[in-house]
Amino acid sequence: MLQTLPLEYYLILSSIIFCIGAFGVLTRRNAIVVFMCIELMLNAVNLTLVAFSSYLGDSAGQIFVFFVMTVAAAEAAVGLAIILALFRTHKTVYVDDVHSMRW
Amino acid sequence: MSLTVIAFVIFAVGAIATAILMITRSNAIPAALCLIAHFFCLSGLYLTLQAAFLATLQILVYAGAIMVLVVFVIMLLNLHSEAPSTQYPRFRMLAGILITGILALELTGLAIHHGTGLNELPAVASIVGSAHELGRVLYTDYLFPFEAVSLLLLAAIVGAVVLAKRTLED
Repeated sequence: MLQTLPLEYYLILSSIIFCIGAFGVLTRRNAIVVFMCIELMLNAVNLTLVAFSSYLGDSAGQIFVFFVMTVAAAEAAVGLAIILALFRTHKTVYVDDVHSMRW
Repeated sequence: MSLTVIAFVIFAVGAIATAILMITRSNAIPAALCLIAHFFCLSGLYLTLQAAFLATLQILVYAGAIMVLVVFVIMLLNLHSEAPSTQYPRFRMLAGILITGILALELTGLAIHHGTGLNELPAVASIVGSAHELGRVLYTDYLFPFEAVSLLLLAAIVGAVVLAKRTLED
């Protein structure tokens, strides 16, 4: 049986999670769920960064995860404020009902 | 099988299962709860990688702070279950499966084809992932990005306040 974990296992796992998130972004209508799917994709990339950082013994990857988390927090604040403003002006959070800027 | 391998299998299956559950929930609150469970599984995966400090941060910042914000907004909006799309629902699903399938093939193919040759964690991994070492690197080598990112957070706070104000016209 398997005794140690090759790095590829983590890479494959994170690519699967990334693709699940991408599928959610493409198919869901609710802006909040789309937003949560983007968080899912960000976390898949974080997993790759942490895996490389640990296997190479270099802390730079884990520092990048800090910055990704900070940017995700900023994104959460601004993104949710945009969704709130959208709901207030258009009375909907479904992304395909909002077409005032579509050609 | 070693304990790390068992933990990896459990958390990996949990992470994929909660991710799939999340994107298939029609209501936003169960989706948010699945995402929180997903973050806990990811935190366990960080522990198998000896990144103890990031595992703590994952729960504190993501499952704690960011998801509370999301749940708050869902509560404010008082949404019902998501109805299927009125514009080309089948085409939308097909496009999603096609694009995601190609992306998955490329990513996993890349990971398998170009083997990294790294088969086990080095002994320094637990030192690299400790709060002591990460703090030292963050406040010496990455001091300027750290300050820049604090400015970004300030800008985001101001932006959120402006956007969430009652009236947009004033």
